[in-house]
Amino acid sequence: MNFDFSDSQKELQGEVHRFLRDRCDLSVAREVLDDENLTHASRLWREITELGWCGVAIPEEYGGISLGYLELCVIAEEVGRSLSPVPYSSSIYQFAEALLKGGSHEQKEAFLPRVAGGELVGTLAFCEGPGFPQAQTLKAQFDSGRLTGEKWPVADAMIADAAVVLAADAAGSPCLCIVNLDQDGVSREQLASIDPTRNQGKLTFEGVEAEPLLQGDGDGWALFRQVLNSAAVLFSFEQIGGADACLNQAVAFASERHAFGRPIGAFQAVKHKLADVYVANQLARSNAYYGAWALATGDSALPLAAAVSRVSATSAYENAASESLQVHGGMGFTWEADCHLFLRRSRSLSLCLGRADLWKKQIAAALEQKVA
Amino acid sequence: MDFNDTPEEAQFRQEVKAWLAEQAPRYDLQNHNGLDVDGQLALGREFQALKAGRGYAKVGWSKELGGMGGTPMQSVIYDQEEEHYRFPTVFFGISLGMPIPVIRRFATEEQKRRYLLPALRGEEIWCQLFSEPAAGSDLGGIRLRAIRDGDDWVLNGQKIWTSYAHISDFGVIVTRSDPSVPKHKGMSYFFVDMKSPGIEVRPIRQAAGGGEFCEVFFTDVRVPDEQRLGEINGGWQVAIATLMEERFAVTDAAGGGPQLLDTLRLVKEQLPSVAEDESTQQLMADWYVAESGINNFYARLLTGVSHGQLPGPEAALSKLIIARKLQVQSAAIMDFFGPAGAIFPEAKVLRSNDYRMAWLEAAGYRIAGGTDEILRNTIAERVLGLPADLRPDKDIPFEEFN
Repeated sequence: MNFDFSDSQKELQGEVHRFLRDRCDLSVAREVLDDENLTHASRLWREITELGWCGVAIPEEYGGISLGYLELCVIAEEVGRSLSPVPYSSSIYQFAEALLKGGSHEQKEAFLPRVAGGELVGTLAFCEGPGFPQAQTLKAQFDSGRLTGEKWPVADAMIADAAVVLAADAAGSPCLCIVNLDQDGVSREQLASIDPTRNQGKLTFEGVEAEPLLQGDGDGWALFRQVLNSAAVLFSFEQIGGADACLNQAVAFASERHAFGRPIGAFQAVKHKLADVYVANQLARSNAYYGAWALATGDSALPLAAAVSRVSATSAYENAASESLQVHGGMGFTWEADCHLFLRRSRSLSLCLGRADLWKKQIAAALEQKVA
Repeated sequence: MDFNDTPEEAQFRQEVKAWLAEQAPRYDLQNHNGLDVDGQLALGREFQALKAGRGYAKVGWSKELGGMGGTPMQSVIYDQEEEHYRFPTVFFGISLGMPIPVIRRFATEEQKRRYLLPALRGEEIWCQLFSEPAAGSDLGGIRLRAIRDGDDWVLNGQKIWTSYAHISDFGVIVTRSDPSVPKHKGMSYFFVDMKSPGIEVRPIRQAAGGGEFCEVFFTDVRVPDEQRLGEINGGWQVAIATLMEERFAVTDAAGGGPQLLDTLRLVKEQLPSVAEDESTQQLMADWYVAESGINNFYARLLTGVSHGQLPGPEAALSKLIIARKLQVQSAAIMDFFGPAGAIFPEAKVLRSNDYRMAWLEAAGYRIAGGTDEILRNTIAERVLGLPADLRPDKDIPFEEFN
């Protein structure tokens, strides 16, 4: 049994952890939160790109360093733990994944080296306002190389150079197409959100040039689901990193803060709550490892593993963030305390790939197959 | 990252598989429908002797002691493979799990020669006399009195929840030897012959109907001082060592209850409209997430064992989750069936993984071997390092509090 990251992967995680501890304490996220003109921490992002983190899972032939998904997972955990306000998830877990899964050789060559080097930020634009997109009712249209429509919310829309967009093709079938956002006919509007440390925007396309991603069996919806499955696993590492940070914060506070003559962490009402957070975090971590294993090996269990990983990490992070704030009492609800940074991030990550119920449907469908 | 055995582990697993397959026709209880408990015990002793002959009774112990000289991982592999069958080994679980390792650690060489091998071979069974009516989670509160009288000690009092005391030949026991000092400093630890005059064992009928737990009454029971394990008044340390011996058990995420996929099949077959209901599917998904979390957590612990690390107190979380999940899940299955969910099937002998039985048993499972609440304390204090709760009796002479 070897269900763990390797020594070299753990070493990489340690390096990433130390770098972010030094260069991205929570004041970095707070700066972006406090200044509405800031979309992300640009200096931190430049440093991250210089360190080569963007290319770990991109093949060498496309400018990456071909390490793999497990390396990406350990980086994601640290990015989540530090609340790094950078477009890493949009560019790497979503945009690069869409290209890797669905791009032609030429498309990969055109975009991936710049993603790996950090010169280009990409994102995935799939929502069209309220609700989760449905295959049959997409309003954005892609026809004869031109894209028209509105997509919102789109993470990192204000800083992305390119986007993979979910739209209906001429036949009304879902497809993914790639769009350069730096062209006439593309407009962007910043949207205020509960978590300003991940910027959100609306992208409007008025008959702009776009190219379809056609690899695989040509089923655009299946390609989109594949990208979501990869992203779900990678986001679940951000979530368990964040959940771990919340628990540590709450344990430290409960050990220091005294009430009724004792540290509040000595009261069972508090310690049992934190024990439950620990348990949920450990189960989520274990499930995330399962997702990582399926992603890295390309196992056919990936849709199930990704959904399990997502559901588990989503509930663990939201629970850890809200209970950590609760343990901090009134202090936890101030702007100055860091609890709300995690509370905001946990909710925004829960929302970013669709609500848990949709992922539970994916689990139920996989279970059906197992007993069929 | 993978779920595979190392080549050495895989080879050992093959050996074990082959041996168990050979034993199954004669010893698997599935081939002995309706065999009563005495019959199961007799069959179990026969199987246990064969198992000990291969060193499988204690894979991790040296050959001189009757083991196999294996690694902790080989020990887990044996248990995993044995779990695929229903061999009648339940009677020896406690005996070899806690009392016998303590005898190995604290008894004299002569005593070890006398007692270890017969226990490994299933010829003698040991029980663990710890809990009392007034001391469950708080083991330090035990009262059963031991008073020195010449070369003997005289024991008076009562123990309870002692699994398999009624079929045990010997037991390890923790007693109150000095009530004038604080609770943890006045305890002494012995082993006793369960046939000694003055010991009376009464099985307790449990809420779910089972009866493997017992009450054990001690009236002027004489125990020679040579049967003391550890120092006089140093029994607490031996008791802690006993509890730490709880071997790294094979984890069944279903807690002995129905397996999730079996439940899904059952519901689809008998209640198709319930199976199609979205709320049912969401429940099944939630259960799968929990089950997968436990299985994958266990895989992480095993990875540590495979690399030579023994699991720490974090291992407590599995039972905490499994017991509660078993209770909630088996109740929900009954709900699927409506009022009929309360009705037992006609079969005379109910499988313990029947959801109705599982629901009854789950209430006890949440208490046995550490209540949900104590396990949360363990996690909070020993894993997270949170401060201990108030213990007003900790530094005060025992008799002043009791």
